[in-house]
Amino acid sequence: MLSKAFTAEAWNEAVAIIQSEFGLAVWETLYVTVLATALAIIIGLPLGVLLVVGEKNGVLPLPKWFMAILGAFINILRSVPFLILMILVIPLTRAIVGTSVGTMASVVPLVIAAFPFIARLVESSLREVNPNIIEMAQSTGASPFQIIWKVMIPESVPSLISNATIAITTILGYSAMSGIIGGGGLGKIAINYGYYRYKYLVMFIAVILLVLIVEIFQRIGTKLAVKSDKRLKNK
Amino acid sequence: MIEIKNLTKTFNARNGENRTVEALKNVNLTISDGSIYGIIGMSGAGKSTLVRCINMLERPTEGSVIIDGVDMGALKEKELRAKRKEVTMIFQSFNLLMQRTCLKNICFPLELVGVKKADAEKRAMELLEIVGLPDKANAYPAQLSGGQQQRIAIARALATNPKVLLCDEATSALDPKTTHQILELIKDINKKLGITCIVITHQMSVVEEICDRVAILENGEVVEEGEVTDIFSHPKSSAARHLVYPDGGVNPDILALREGEQRVRVVFNGAVATERPLIAQLAIDLGIEASILGASTKSIGERAYGNMILGIMGSKEKMLRAKEYLEAVPDVIVEEVENDA
Repeated sequence: MLSKAFTAEAWNEAVAIIQSEFGLAVWETLYVTVLATALAIIIGLPLGVLLVVGEKNGVLPLPKWFMAILGAFINILRSVPFLILMILVIPLTRAIVGTSVGTMASVVPLVIAAFPFIARLVESSLREVNPNIIEMAQSTGASPFQIIWKVMIPESVPSLISNATIAITTILGYSAMSGIIGGGGLGKIAINYGYYRYKYLVMFIAVILLVLIVEIFQRIGTKLAVKSDKRLKNK
Repeated sequence: MIEIKNLTKTFNARNGENRTVEALKNVNLTISDGSIYGIIGMSGAGKSTLVRCINMLERPTEGSVIIDGVDMGALKEKELRAKRKEVTMIFQSFNLLMQRTCLKNICFPLELVGVKKADAEKRAMELLEIVGLPDKANAYPAQLSGGQQQRIAIARALATNPKVLLCDEATSALDPKTTHQILELIKDINKKLGITCIVITHQMSVVEEICDRVAILENGEVVEEGEVTDIFSHPKSSAARHLVYPDGGVNPDILALREGEQRVRVVFNGAVATERPLIAQLAIDLGIEASILGASTKSIGERAYGNMILGIMGSKEKMLRAKEYLEAVPDVIVEEVENDA
């Protein structure tokens, strides 16, 4: 099977497919990933903040029942496998986008899969903030919202950037999976050509491109996180 | 004036079923305006809880804290936050915002009350001048030494023109030289700006250096309170003794007690005692030979303080005569050392 994948004929065919489809696929992959990550952050960031500040000893304690529901809600969404989640949210996707197939439609399950994940990442970032610094802010007369905006979030920016990088690379992986429900991008190409039509070379190239994109995101993210961190002396 | 009345704080024990831990028991203190007041105790004595009750970071279980006639416990959240601009705090771990420059750290309390950026930065520059670090405006805390970070923290604490500065183990993470410099700065601020300073520490040397009065906390209770010089010369409680004569001082168990030996502790409280060869005089005048088993003296301000353990061979009556003789010297206190230790 593998020997067949690398014949001259297969190469020629692959080059033709790359020329005609890969440009759009790369664009769709990036576009879906970035859009879904951005939307998931918009929902996940405040929820992650609530998970930390709403605790009994947090800066803005919230009712116990509320915290219990929030925690359970996030855990349930987190535990549904993405492949199944994509199918489960079809009615919602249809209500929001108007259709349940296609690139835009794949953004909905991606956001729903990603925001609880992001909420947990934000939670872990904010928990890293030194509690002594929060006490300092309280002793200075900061309100709970001032503590969130002026202390907790700014102090955890490097960690938030690192975690955002983890999120975007994970969402990229999910977006490739959404090729199954007609989502566009490199995932679709890998599935359509590699799985349905046995054109393994095309599949390999699509996968290599996905790896490269992950690598680029990771490098940029790491660099930004390090650059933003003022705790590091020797830069 | 700060009045702490019948202050009690209990915590629920984490692992106990219904057990509670009394961190503070019926604490009563009055701290006058413009003073530097020390609160000293071993770790776990409740001093951190006490200082946090002053600005209501910890709510007292019973009792009240009254600052200039205002009952802190009766304030609503919002009023309390406003009041905290007048009662600021510095910490052992400095607690600077690590992602902000020094200038922006000092601006922080001003931002909270909505001072305009330009005005806040101008005030921050003045404060950097006061704490002696005008060139560090754009440096980040991680680039500073511990002593410098504490200076920035002090500047931040002064930004809102407070009346009271709470210093929670502010020098405990610093080396002796830096500790001295920071204490000098606190003293200076107290003198020049008239800010009342409450200094929480476990180090007697800190109290010696800057405090006017001191309260000694042990197991959540004030066991002794008074002028620093009085506490040093007449430590009454065992906690005070332990602090005044710390491990580095004179331990009566240095040498094994010899048969027929009586021991006394001689406490020197002033320069006079050091000007006379006292032990030699004792031998000449009374013919009592005393061996010095251990001694520790130091000077505080213009006066010398210290204590030594003397071993006197002979009867108890002989020891009592020596005691009487030594006590006749001004600023010398003699006490019997219990031999059962």
